[in-house]
Amino acid sequence: MSRKKTKVAIVALVLLAIVTGCVIGSSEADTKGVSGTVNIAGSSALLPLAQSAAKTFMDKNPDSVINTNGGGSGQGLQQVSDGTIDIGDSDLLAEEKLDKKSASKLVDHQVAITAIAPIINKDAGVKNLTTEQLIKVFTGKVTNWKQVGGNDCQIVLVSRPSSSGTRATFEQYALKKHASQSNQSLETDDSGTLIQMIQSVSGSIGYVSLSYLTGDPQVGIVSINGVKPSLKNVYNGKYTVWSYEHMYTKGRPKGAAKAFLQQMLSEEYGKKIEAMGYGVASKLTAAAKATHTK
Amino acid sequence: MNKVVQKAIAKDKRWRAVYIACGLLIVALTLLMGAFLLYQGSQTFLKAHHSVWEFLFTSDWAPLDKTGMFGGKVGAAIYIVGSLETCLLGLLICLPFAIGSAVFMTEISPKIGEKFFRPATEIYVSIPSVVYGWFGLTKLVPIIRNAFHPKMGGFSVLAASIVLAIMIFPTITTVAADAIKSVPNSYREGAYGLGATRWQVIGKVVLPAASGGILTGVVLGLARAIGEALAVAMVIGKTRSFATSLLSPTSNLTSAIAADMGNTAQGGEYNLALWSMALLLFIISIVLIVLIHKLGNGKKEK
Repeated sequence: MSRKKTKVAIVALVLLAIVTGCVIGSSEADTKGVSGTVNIAGSSALLPLAQSAAKTFMDKNPDSVINTNGGGSGQGLQQVSDGTIDIGDSDLLAEEKLDKKSASKLVDHQVAITAIAPIINKDAGVKNLTTEQLIKVFTGKVTNWKQVGGNDCQIVLVSRPSSSGTRATFEQYALKKHASQSNQSLETDDSGTLIQMIQSVSGSIGYVSLSYLTGDPQVGIVSINGVKPSLKNVYNGKYTVWSYEHMYTKGRPKGAAKAFLQQMLSEEYGKKIEAMGYGVASKLTAAAKATHTK
Repeated sequence: MNKVVQKAIAKDKRWRAVYIACGLLIVALTLLMGAFLLYQGSQTFLKAHHSVWEFLFTSDWAPLDKTGMFGGKVGAAIYIVGSLETCLLGLLICLPFAIGSAVFMTEISPKIGEKFFRPATEIYVSIPSVVYGWFGLTKLVPIIRNAFHPKMGGFSVLAASIVLAIMIFPTITTVAADAIKSVPNSYREGAYGLGATRWQVIGKVVLPAASGGILTGVVLGLARAIGEALAVAMVIGKTRSFATSLLSPTSNLTSAIAADMGNTAQGGEYNLALWSMALLLFIISIVLIVLIHKLGNGKKEK
């Protein structure tokens, strides 16, 4: 009898601890300075950077907790607009996903740049494509690599889901707003899987953000109009297939969220951003910015 | 003495209340989820004014992706057909192996069956689906690619069906084995007494007698297959077109939902269409579960 009571008591205590833990944890968000909790969610393209930045921030400010999550740009924008998270990551402008009223309440912080590079299976034998050729390949007008100066090898398209921010950027800047052929391409929403597909499927072509190509990915990287996808070429305006990575806050950021964003935008942290394969917005030349005006 | 009894009764009542509360909570959760799905899933038709016919039977998929904007196309037939064909084909591949194994471990070699075969099969159930997917992506797809040299590099209906077949194999096998085991021994003895061979006893007496239970296993397996997202998504290719052959890629409901749900704007047409697809999956699995109960009851009446 008494044994059972102790058991019940233990369960009750554990539950109590969990509940109070939650309450205490959430009340921390209101404290000022560099302690507190910041919840971040959204774009999967920005997630590795957000995670790494969160770790750096928490090492410096041991009293703070930064929670990072993926979920996609749509989720990030919606949740920050609803107020469920503090910072919403997105590849796209809020105006492109949300209605005007909710978008106008969000403040945009352009924390980084993602360049997107076409990657190709080595059997194709192609290292450079003109914009025109790239459009023909992705719209299914040519079906064999020999038609664009490569080996006699079938073209296999590997694409992102149609709601993906990476795909939107690629179609806008690399394909000049031509929609890629959905009914003839393999599709995956995961960059790792996409690289694996390009490695193994003969004659395949796809696109990933440059941050996934920092090691030796065993795939060919295609130059567009003779311009190699690199951060240098993004900064000087020669390579145009890139997008801003946005961190949105509802209204002006406060407390820990503000300190976190300041760290992201600092020159010191910029070096880390570049080491991870992303670009820094402050380094863009006027020529580069001109290609991406709203 | 009276006090002890009263105490016991009071305690009984308390625990009874706790259990009823737990049970009701689960029922309420299920109902709430159903209601939520029904609400969200029906918005495509009520708010965005698409017809159910367009959703189910046309294949023009171009929903708009911005909150509050409607007017795109939501034909989901490619995804629906993709889900159905991979599940049915997976079942077709799995069934002979599953029933063969069930017969083996109950009728032919019960000792090996009970000690080794059944535990080994049951372990399969607990393997996470991403492992099946990864196996499919790195082993199965290359095998298909090298054997047939299909145009899209081995990502295909066939690969998805084989992965599904492996995933539902343990479910069907164990349920079928239980059903075969519960066939009374007198049936077998009677058949043997009439001079039937073992093959005849298994094929003509035991399996027909266990058919209700085997069907339950089949439906359970189907329910698992239709809801599987990750493993299928990794090998099906997710090409938005009908499969022209077993070796060509297509897409299905679950992988489309998984790929696009996070990226789409909430309340947008695209998002609503995905909710409708989720609702459709929910309806399919409810139908399957009702079917299980019908099969179970039918068997009892005999």
